[in-house]
Amino acid sequence: MHPALASIVALVLFAGAAGLQAVRERWYPPALEEETAMYLRSADAVRRIAGPYAPLAADLYWIRAIQYYGGLKHRLNPEWNRDGRPAPVAGPAAADDRYALLYPMLDITTTLDRRFNIAYRFGAIFLAEPYPSGAGRPDLAVQLLQKGLSDRPDKWEYMEDIAFVHYWYDHDYLAASQWFEKAAAVPRAPWWLRSMAATTRARGGDRAASRLMWEAIRQTTEIPWLRQDAEQKLLQLRALDEIDALQRVVDQVKARTGAAPADWESLVRARALRGIPVDPRGTPYELTPDGRVGLSSSSRLYPLLVEPPSQPTGSDPTPTLVRPR
Amino acid sequence: MNAVGVIAINVFRESVRDKVLYNLVLFAILLIAASLLIGELTAGQDVKIIKDLGLTATSIFGLFIAVFIGIGLVSKEVDRRSIYALLAKPITRSQLVLGKYAGLALTLAVNVAVMAVAQYVVLAYMRWGIPPDVERAWDAPAIDPALLVAIALILVELLLVTAIAIFFSTFSTPLLSAALTFALFIVGNFSADLRNFQNVVGSPAVGRIARALYFVLPNLAQFDVKASVVHGQRVAPGYVGVAVAYAAVYIALLLTISTSVFARRDFK
Repeated sequence: MHPALASIVALVLFAGAAGLQAVRERWYPPALEEETAMYLRSADAVRRIAGPYAPLAADLYWIRAIQYYGGLKHRLNPEWNRDGRPAPVAGPAAADDRYALLYPMLDITTTLDRRFNIAYRFGAIFLAEPYPSGAGRPDLAVQLLQKGLSDRPDKWEYMEDIAFVHYWYDHDYLAASQWFEKAAAVPRAPWWLRSMAATTRARGGDRAASRLMWEAIRQTTEIPWLRQDAEQKLLQLRALDEIDALQRVVDQVKARTGAAPADWESLVRARALRGIPVDPRGTPYELTPDGRVGLSSSSRLYPLLVEPPSQPTGSDPTPTLVRPR
Repeated sequence: MNAVGVIAINVFRESVRDKVLYNLVLFAILLIAASLLIGELTAGQDVKIIKDLGLTATSIFGLFIAVFIGIGLVSKEVDRRSIYALLAKPITRSQLVLGKYAGLALTLAVNVAVMAVAQYVVLAYMRWGIPPDVERAWDAPAIDPALLVAIALILVELLLVTAIAIFFSTFSTPLLSAALTFALFIVGNFSADLRNFQNVVGSPAVGRIARALYFVLPNLAQFDVKASVVHGQRVAPGYVGVAVAYAAVYIALLLTISTSVFARRDFK
């Protein structure tokens, strides 16, 4: 056969194969999501199988853990990615799928590579975040970080993370303070860990203490994603302060007039506010008919973080304002 | 140039003619694609993953070259009957085996060296734009000279695997030689299990046999310092020296047996 003719035939056949693939998918659509399965649950078994290639196998398991967490989070919160409204899946199917494979994947990753720093630190956050954003298992987060510490007892960052998990997710301020102290005792650990220990012990759950913690993470983390997350949390804390301040204004007007203000414009007209208040990301706050101030569900700060139980003691911030249109 | 050198150069040329070095293109594509995609697939430690991938690919590509070319170096000459023409020349059978080994060693060295350069280039690209304070917080810098220690020990391991492949190919079929070489590669990477076998078996005799095998079989696990280097852990020069000396002695042993077996082989 002439080479040119052979090339054309090959191209046609290639296009035919691709076309048939497309036809088959249209007539017999594949399942939307394949069930995630872990055939090997034993970290030690995987380590033995991987042999000299364990570090690369650890990377693959880490990528798999990220994809699993991201995919499941997306599936459990499908609306978050469309219009910013959370819609957690409810029912037995969701209850059975509480990131059950996340810890085994992270365990295998960190057994294959016991110094896989980011798997401990990110993994702990994924595990500790409340369901459906995470597995809602701070106990497993602490277990994972302690596994990291067993190999690197001088890693003050893991101790800081354990303290953070106790503070933010367990609300166990005494344990958090003790872990901050342990971290501070590590040679070459930053000085602010000692102040964090004192602040946490004295004012656990206090918004100012939370702000201090997130600010410390923002300034010290080498991981861009963590820094962005800390920046988001700091803005959310600022929004919480602003909501408190606005709520006081609304409550004063309500007490004076006997009725909740209809909207922000009425407060502006009454000179209670200089303009329509917007959150730190620029989206106007919401005012419900019964006079409750809240964050708009379309805000990039939505949903607001759940604060540890405590009385807010933050300063009296002035909300960001825009002129009425 | 002596006979061993001439044979070695010819083996290298033959491997170039056989497009063995094409694997470098595959390696480069793999690394470049990974460096571009890794940010989409994971979150953080991209440089660590690229280092793991580069070192593992260097090892695996090299392993396949060492085994599949190593087993054919001698047997191909026998199958093609070119062994008669070769042995009619003023070279000894020992020189033929040693020359073949040296040629493949040169191919592997060039291969590994180019892969190392490609890896550093990709790492330099990945490091571009990273703030210095972020890089300082990593276990090891992106452009880390210590990476060369891991790469050098991979090469040493491949030289030992090549000697194993040539050893088997002097008295066995290519298929069996490949199977036996791969088997020894696997066993050699799990030699720590042999050392500790006496702790998990009840029979002291079996434990002693396993311990003896630990010392007899090639210990390839000692050349694996990939994880340490990637995490910035120092590999002691003494450790590297002893590992290289061990490889040199073992290679010398295998080549001695190989030349001896080959010298007695009847090609009629």
